[in-house]
Amino acid sequence: MADRATFASDAMQYAPQLYSAAMRMTRNGADAEDLVQETYLRAYRSFATFEEGTNLRAWLFRILTNTFINTYRAKQRRPQETDLGDLEDLYMYKRISNLNQASRSAEDQLFDVFTDDEVKAALEDLPDNFRLPVILADVQDFSYKEIAEILDIPIGTVMSRLHRGRKAMQKRLVDFARERGIIPADESELEPTSEVPIHG
Amino acid sequence: MADCNDTLRELEAFLDHELSGPALQAIRAHLDGCLDCLQAFDFHAELKMVIAQKCRNDEMPPSLLAKIESCFGDDYLPGPAPRSADATTD
Repeated sequence: MADRATFASDAMQYAPQLYSAAMRMTRNGADAEDLVQETYLRAYRSFATFEEGTNLRAWLFRILTNTFINTYRAKQRRPQETDLGDLEDLYMYKRISNLNQASRSAEDQLFDVFTDDEVKAALEDLPDNFRLPVILADVQDFSYKEIAEILDIPIGTVMSRLHRGRKAMQKRLVDFARERGIIPADESELEPTSEVPIHG
Repeated sequence: MADCNDTLRELEAFLDHELSGPALQAIRAHLDGCLDCLQAFDFHAELKMVIAQKCRNDEMPPSLLAKIESCFGDDYLPGPAPRSADATTD
């Protein structure tokens, strides 16, 4: 087993990632700082339970999410365990790719369509039970198996929450695009599928 | 051979690098010959990248590092060498 000093210095490299994830969870800088600090405090106190050679990063994220769920979530006002309405598959693609075929010249223009704040808001507005898997998969690149272990839920649940969380996030991005007039408000709802080939 | 429906059903698992072996080969084979599916996959791959880049660009306050270090015991030496005389091991 590593000594405490080695453990602490190994763990420090993950601070920026943990802070970013904490920002998406708590939605504000002060709480994110407290959450990360509390995570390191708990990790340091229980480092004896960490098996050297296993995934330190995943272990730290497990402490982060548990601390968030048990401490910070309680004082937030938004609904925690919510279901999301169902949405057709490829919802965003069917609406945004039309626009892109006309106006996109480079692959990376989707990057410029949405502001950082819009993408962050689309993620942060998800209910916790969907937001945490999406943060871990899409922002932190954890595997389904790692996410299942971090959140203590079955892999099948990880997959279904990712699927539905991502769709809800895409719906929000489409709404942002409509609000800014990037895509038309009405016709996309009336004839969402006329331009893009639908597979089947 | 996977058809369009089979392929789109695996879109997320594919982009999440969760497919391997014959399942992965079947999707790749279909994408090689189907421009419609390839475009849908490209779009979602790009979207995933955009979400990652825009959601992890927060600048960590420099003061947080010092706060974290204060969580560690006296035996913790920040960096390769003690930064000050009082950061001793014993």
